[in-house]
Amino acid sequence: MLQLEKRPNPSRFWGRATPVLAVFLTMIAGSILFALLGKNPFIAMRTIFWDPILGEYAFYFRGQLLVKAGPLILIAIGLSLGFRAGIWNIGAEGQYIMGAIFGAGVGLALYPMEGWFIFPLMVLAGVFGGWLWAMIPAILRTKFNTNEILVSLLLVYVAEALLASMAVGAMRNPQGNGFPGSRNLSQYPSAANLEIWVGTGIHWGVIAATGAVISAYFLLQRHILGYHISLSGQAPKAARFAGINPNKMIVICLGLSGALAGAAGLFEVAGPAGQISIDFNVGYGFTAIIVAFLGRLHPVGIALAGLLMALTYIGGENASTALGLPAAAIQAFQGMLLFFLLGVDILTNYKIKWIKGRWK
Amino acid sequence: MTADFLTLSHLTKSYPRVIANDHVSLSIKPGQIHALLGENGAGKSTLVKIIYGLVQPDEGEMQLAGQPYQPQSPAQARAQGVGMVFQHFSLFESLTVAENVVLGMENSPPLSLLQSRITEVSQAYGLPLDPRRIVRDLSAGERQRVEIIRCLLQDPKLLIMDEPTSVLTPSEVEILFKTLRKLSAQGTAILYISHKLEEIRQLCDAATILRRGRWVAHLDPKEKTANELAELMVGATLNAPQRHKRSQGPVTLAVKGLSQPPLTPFSPALKNISFTLQQGEILGVAGVAGNGQDELQLALSGEALSAAGTLYLGEKDISQMGPNARRSLGLASAPEERLGHAAAPDMTLVENALLSASARLALAKYGLINWSKTRNFAGEIIAKFDVRTPSTEVVARALSGGNLQKFVVGREIMQKPKLLIINQPTWGVDAAAASAIRQALLDLAAQGAAVVVISQDLDELIEISDQFAALYEGGLSEPCPIKDLSFEEIGLLMGGVQSRENTHATA
Repeated sequence: MLQLEKRPNPSRFWGRATPVLAVFLTMIAGSILFALLGKNPFIAMRTIFWDPILGEYAFYFRGQLLVKAGPLILIAIGLSLGFRAGIWNIGAEGQYIMGAIFGAGVGLALYPMEGWFIFPLMVLAGVFGGWLWAMIPAILRTKFNTNEILVSLLLVYVAEALLASMAVGAMRNPQGNGFPGSRNLSQYPSAANLEIWVGTGIHWGVIAATGAVISAYFLLQRHILGYHISLSGQAPKAARFAGINPNKMIVICLGLSGALAGAAGLFEVAGPAGQISIDFNVGYGFTAIIVAFLGRLHPVGIALAGLLMALTYIGGENASTALGLPAAAIQAFQGMLLFFLLGVDILTNYKIKWIKGRWK
Repeated sequence: MTADFLTLSHLTKSYPRVIANDHVSLSIKPGQIHALLGENGAGKSTLVKIIYGLVQPDEGEMQLAGQPYQPQSPAQARAQGVGMVFQHFSLFESLTVAENVVLGMENSPPLSLLQSRITEVSQAYGLPLDPRRIVRDLSAGERQRVEIIRCLLQDPKLLIMDEPTSVLTPSEVEILFKTLRKLSAQGTAILYISHKLEEIRQLCDAATILRRGRWVAHLDPKEKTANELAELMVGATLNAPQRHKRSQGPVTLAVKGLSQPPLTPFSPALKNISFTLQQGEILGVAGVAGNGQDELQLALSGEALSAAGTLYLGEKDISQMGPNARRSLGLASAPEERLGHAAAPDMTLVENALLSASARLALAKYGLINWSKTRNFAGEIIAKFDVRTPSTEVVARALSGGNLQKFVVGREIMQKPKLLIINQPTWGVDAAAASAIRQALLDLAAQGAAVVVISQDLDELIEISDQFAALYEGGLSEPCPIKDLSFEEIGLLMGGVQSRENTHATA
C-alpha cells in the first residue's frame, strides 16, 4: 500500500517540479478527454501549446500572448502577497473594473484635450479606483471583523452593475448614436495605451507587470515587509510576537492587490479593450487567482504561470476554431491544470512510501 | 519472582541517517513503575512508539504477558491493555473535553454517561476537570489532565507516561504520584518517562537508561543520586548551575497596578499586579497553569498593551508601546509556546533569528533585510547555545523541542537585553539543555539584566530566582526573597493564600 510520510523539511526539488508535473499530467488527461471527443489528441495538444508560439500563424498569436498575460500577471502578483499573508482577496475582478472606470473617467473628462500628463494621470486614477474598492473589505474586516472573502467577492457584482450603468449612462459616447459604451480611448492619442513595439503585444500594462514581478521578488527576498507578509500567513501568533499589527497587514495587502488590479483595468480599457462597455471584464480577476497558485505565490512562478495560462486561452480558442472543440472542453482542460497542481502539491511536504504488508 | 509483564528484546529501529534504537532490551513486571531515562534524541520516544504500535521495529521482538506482541496500530495496543499519555497533546481545540475523549475510544458510551465517568475518574484520581469545557480554553496543565484521564478510562494494564508532571504544581504531582502508586498496587505496570530525576528517585522501582539509541544501564534509581543518574544519561560529568555574586542596582522594571480584562471568555483577567525588579535580579513567578501566566507574559512583552502609567522600563513608561518599541529599549521576551509563537514552524532558523532580533540588532535598515548579518547571528546562537542542527537553513519544526528552546532562549539573550521575560524556559527540555538554559539566565542576570521567569517547575525557580511570587487567578502575590520561604508557604501562595504577615514577619 501507499503511505504518506511527512518530510522534516519541505522539498526544494518538488517545490519547483510540481508545476511542471501538473502541466504534464494535464496534457495526458486532456489528451484522453479530447480523444474521447473524437479528436486526435496529438493535433489538439499541438494546436494548443505549439502553434501559438512556433506555428505558421504564430506572429499573430505571440502578440496576443503578452496582451493576455500582462493583466493576469499584474493582478496575480498583487493577490499573491495577500494570499501569502492569509488575506483572501477574491474580488480582484471588481477592483479591475473600478480601476478601468476611474482611469477612463479621467481620460473621458479631459477629452479632447491633449497633453503628456493625461495618461499618467489616468494610471494614477486607475490605481486609486482599485485601491478604493479594496479598502471596503479591508475596513470592514479591521473594524467589524467581517469576512474579506465574501465582501470582496460580492463587491465584484456591485462593480459590474456600476460598469453597466456607466456604459449606458454617464460615460456613454455622446457621438455614439445611442449605442452603449464610451468613446474609444485607443483613438484618443493622449489617453491611448498602444503597443510600444508593433507586433509584440507589449503595451504599458506589460511593462508594469514586468515591474511588478521584479518589485515583488525584491520585496519578498530582501524587504522586511515581505518577510512580515510571509510570517503573518505562516504563523499569526509568531507575527504578533514579532510586533506585526495584523490590521495593518490587512490594509497593506488588500490595498496593494486592489491597486495592481486597478492598474490592470486601466491598461486594458485604454488599450486592448479601448472603451468602457457592458462586457468589458472577461474574468482576468478570477483567472489571476489560479495564476497566483499555479505560480506557487512566487513572483517568477507567477510570470511563467501567467504566460502559460494566456497560452491555454489563446491555444484553446485556436483549437475550438480550428478543430471544432467545444468551449466547455477547453474550460475543463484549464480546470484540470489547477486540479493537478493542487493534487501533486502534496509531494512538496510529503514523501510517498510503498509499504509492504496488509492494512487492517 | 513474578513473571515479566512486558519484555523487549533487541529492538532495533533505524531511520535514514540515524539509528533511533540499537538492540534495546527491557522488561517490566506487573505493578512495577519503571523509569525510562535519556536525553532528547536518546531514543525514548521511538521505543515507546514501538510499544504503543505507532512504529514497527526493524528487528527484535516483544512479549506481553508471555505472548508474542506485535501491535500494528495504537488501537491494537490499546485492545491488549497498553495505554499512553503523550507529551504533546493530541486534542481538538474546538471540541469539549468529553467529545475529545469520545474520539479516542473504540466503543464509546453515550456522551452524558461519559461525562459522569470523566467526573468520577477525575475525582478519584484528584485531577479536577469539567468535561463540558472547550479544550481551546484549557491551559497546558488542564489539557494534560484530559490526556491522562482519557487513558485511565480505558483501564490499561501497562500505562506509558511521557513527561506527565512537567505542568503540574508540587501538590498536584503528589496527587498524581498517589494515583500512580494506587494503579501500581492494583497491578498496573507503568513506564515512566521524565527528565526530573528527583521525581524518578521518589516514584520508580526500576530505571533503564538510554544514550544515543543504545541501552546504557538498568538500575534501581533509589540507590543512585540524581547527579549520578544525570551523568549516566549524558555520558559526561554535569555541573550544577553556578550562581554568581551580583550587586543589585537601580530599578529596571516597575509594574504599577497592572490590570487587564480577560483576552478570551475563559482566560483570567490580570488583577492589580504591582512589583519592582532591580538590575541583576531574577523574579520567579510560580502558579498553577491557567492562572494568568500567558496574560502576564503578553502584557510585559507588549503583545497586549496596557493602561498608561502601569509599566515602566527604567524611567520610561512602556505601557502603550508595541513589542518592537519595547525591544529597542532593551526588553526581550520568550513565550511558552515554542512552535508557532516564539518561532514560525516552517521558516528556517535564519528567518526565525530575524523574527525578534530585527529591531534591536538593526538587521533591517530602511526595511532592507541584511541576510548575511542575520545568518551570522543565527550561526552565533547555534554555536554559543549548542543548538544541534545540520545547518542554519533547517526549518524550525525539524528541531527537537530542547534544541529549538535553546535557539529561542539564545536568540533573546544574545540581543543583550536589560530585561528578559521568559515563560516556561525548560518545559520538555532534557536535563543537559535545561541546565544550560538556567545557567544562561543566571549569567544574564550576573551581567546586570533583570529577568522575570514564569515557570511551573518549582525546583527550577528555587534554583535560579532571587525573588519569588505566585500567580493565582490573575493576581500576583507580593514578591519576597525566595530563601525566606518554606515549601508550605510556597504552596499556600500558589493556592491563593496571601501570606503577607508571614513574609513580613520573616523579612
